[in-house]
Amino acid sequence: MSIEALIGKFQEASEHPHRLLTSYKEQGKKVIGVLPYYAPEELVYAAGMIPMTIWGSNKKTISLAKEYCATFYCTIAQLALEMLLDGTLDQLDGIITPTICDTLRPMSQNFRVAMSEKLPCIFLAHPQYRRPAFGLQFTMDQYNHIKKELEKISGAPITDEAIREAIKVFNRSRAARREFSKLAGQHPEAISAVARSAVFRSSWFMVKDEHTKLLEELNEELKKLPASDWKGAKIVTSGIICDNPKLLQIFDDNKIAIVADDVAQESRMTRVDAAETGDPMMALAQQFADQDYEVLLYDEHSEQNRRGEYVASLVKDNGGQGLVLFMQQFCDPEEMEYPYLKKALDAANIPHIKLGVDQQMRDFGQASTAIQAFADVL
Amino acid sequence: MAKQVSPGVLALRKVVEDVYADAREAKKAGKLVGWSSSKFPCELAAAFDLDVMYPENQAAGIAANRDGEIMCKAAEDLGFDNDICGYARISLAYAAGKRASRKIDLATGEYVINPASGKPLKDENGQVVIDPETGKPKKDPKTMQPYTVLDDIHEIEALPDGREKDLRREAIKPYRQMRMPQPDFVLCCNNICNCMTKWYENIARMCNVPLIMIDIPYNNTVAVDDTNVAYVRAQFDAAIAQLEKLTGKKFDEKKFEAACANANRTAQAWLRVCDYLQYKPAPYSGFDLFNHMADVVTARGRVQAAEAFELLEKDLEEAIKNGTSTTPFPEQYRVMFEGIPCWPKLPNLFKPLKEHGVNVTAVVYAPAFGFVYNNMDEMVRAYYKAPNSVCIEQGVDWREGICKNNKVDGVLVHYNRSCKPWSGYMAEMQRRFTADLGIPCAGFDGDQADPRNFNEAQYETRVQGLVEAMEAKKAKEGNA
Repeated sequence: MSIEALIGKFQEASEHPHRLLTSYKEQGKKVIGVLPYYAPEELVYAAGMIPMTIWGSNKKTISLAKEYCATFYCTIAQLALEMLLDGTLDQLDGIITPTICDTLRPMSQNFRVAMSEKLPCIFLAHPQYRRPAFGLQFTMDQYNHIKKELEKISGAPITDEAIREAIKVFNRSRAARREFSKLAGQHPEAISAVARSAVFRSSWFMVKDEHTKLLEELNEELKKLPASDWKGAKIVTSGIICDNPKLLQIFDDNKIAIVADDVAQESRMTRVDAAETGDPMMALAQQFADQDYEVLLYDEHSEQNRRGEYVASLVKDNGGQGLVLFMQQFCDPEEMEYPYLKKALDAANIPHIKLGVDQQMRDFGQASTAIQAFADVL
Repeated sequence: MAKQVSPGVLALRKVVEDVYADAREAKKAGKLVGWSSSKFPCELAAAFDLDVMYPENQAAGIAANRDGEIMCKAAEDLGFDNDICGYARISLAYAAGKRASRKIDLATGEYVINPASGKPLKDENGQVVIDPETGKPKKDPKTMQPYTVLDDIHEIEALPDGREKDLRREAIKPYRQMRMPQPDFVLCCNNICNCMTKWYENIARMCNVPLIMIDIPYNNTVAVDDTNVAYVRAQFDAAIAQLEKLTGKKFDEKKFEAACANANRTAQAWLRVCDYLQYKPAPYSGFDLFNHMADVVTARGRVQAAEAFELLEKDLEEAIKNGTSTTPFPEQYRVMFEGIPCWPKLPNLFKPLKEHGVNVTAVVYAPAFGFVYNNMDEMVRAYYKAPNSVCIEQGVDWREGICKNNKVDGVLVHYNRSCKPWSGYMAEMQRRFTADLGIPCAGFDGDQADPRNFNEAQYETRVQGLVEAMEAKKAKEGNA
């Protein structure tokens, strides 16, 4: 398939997750909705079901969810609740609700109460002490609980062999996404910011092996391209999410290439693989333990500025000239880490801009002006 | 007439003053002083004789002293978004060295008085004195205050020794929360929120000090599972090892047990004091409890805190016998106040309640600080049950329990911009209160520390609405 045709497939999945959900159900599959962040989707796959991550929506408006939460909550969580309430997600067979931030904690209760007669809600509380033996054990305890609940929905036990197989499938998907991020940065003339986002976003909705197959094909096509002679700017993005095509179009219009990212919905979730041998539940717990440089997670070396410095070197190592931070409105963890991210960027002489975003944004005039001005500076 | 203050209340005030004074003395003597989140197990630090300060209590005090806004803005200038918890912003500004100071004229060494400050001057008959020149009330010069300005201790300390350095040091506001020593270590327990984790990481980074962390993940069931207990119990051991390394001392079992005994005694006395709100009319207002929270937060492991609460119990017993109350108005309605109060706006919160005879006879802090336990595992379970770490069923059960016991007619809900975990399922809770208890609820928007997020007009309207609903319900019950 041509690069254009492949991108078209990713864009179709990215823009219409509901069509995918319907087609999975028509095939007689069970589908589990997964809220961000770090839920062990491998277990859903190993149970013979399809995980679809719920990253809010760029098209919906918060209305019914107002019955449950005040305005000062992240729109990703509010719009997830909106879609659960308005019937968009009625076809799901269950949801997994992680609680790693202060919005997801009470929202896990709202999801459960609102869905009490509709859907099983599987609760997940990750430990912040991920690495010591007691932390690994607690992650295993939590994941075993999820496994048991998933087995109730699927009606069959999840075998170790199936989990190992799922780990291989997900590792391969992460490897393909990591490679794609590099190749997209090397060939911005072929992969626009809009297309880049569609590739990552669709990975949360499509069956993983199918997504990987197409992505590996795309990666091969990109490798065949001659070296790029990009005249525009090169930047790195950071934040929770930046998947609105209208917002990303501004980057393409201003010839700004995204050469790498520190975005939760994109590369943050692809950094760490799980071991393909040994106890597979421990492998998943260890994978979570190995996550690092992450605003949502506790850093045992917090007296240092490890995360800020990591992001700064991500920019340098990938030839970025600057960083665009998409600050998700009402996201405490991102907001709390901003001053030290700024400090690290300033120390490394990396210019940056902070764009306030949420998924209810429909007018990007201000963002456009800011991005344009930033491109001029670069 | 000056308000009568009972011996118990005086004792409670002294306990908190002493906690701060001891920490200042310890710092001067070169000893370690830590900062701790309010629901970190203080018993662990007490086993090492460590002096510990509490940024949440400090932030509430700074906000109540009207310096919340200048400190919040200082944090915003450091890059912290104004959506972040107001306590965290105040604390982070403080950790960075920012201080609310009195404006000083360096030439004269005098404070520069703000003409807009102060209360009206009254004559011997209690009448406001009018200035014949302006036709406006005269100000009582004794109540006038200097302008508040922001200063920075690092800037001050970088000055050469001399007059300016001395004057600026002295100009930092003299109340205890603005004179809290900087930390040598931090103790964080995130049972109340995840924001706490990042807040303390930031302090550790700013001040380059070790962080001792107790992680209590959110719980979805009323019962605390054994796996959760095991996870937190192991962290207690790890924290003890870290404290041993920090202090160079061995864990003192006896001191730990004494602190546990004191903490239990304080918690039990606190709960009994809270229970006096069950009397109708109540011998005091729930707003008084907000003030006494400082003791449970900063000193629950000290015997003096237990004794002071026990003394207050005696005062309350006496008040019940004599039929007196510290509430300065006849109690017509009784409500539960849900959430943390808006500290910078306490008088404004109180005003419409007083006007309508509404007494706050239930606050969620009563069960929230009643940590009672008999052994280490039970201690883990106790600390697992903080206001924001429990599932909705537990949260509703606590509140409905105190609503029933304390005989409330309605609920006033603070949608606190600073506290996402607390406000996050309040709408559903309100529905349950009304369904289960048949009482009206009213919500208002506010903030525990940032006065910019409180709208007085909206608050007054909501209180009025609640009063009307309670009145209608009473009339209906009267007719039935």
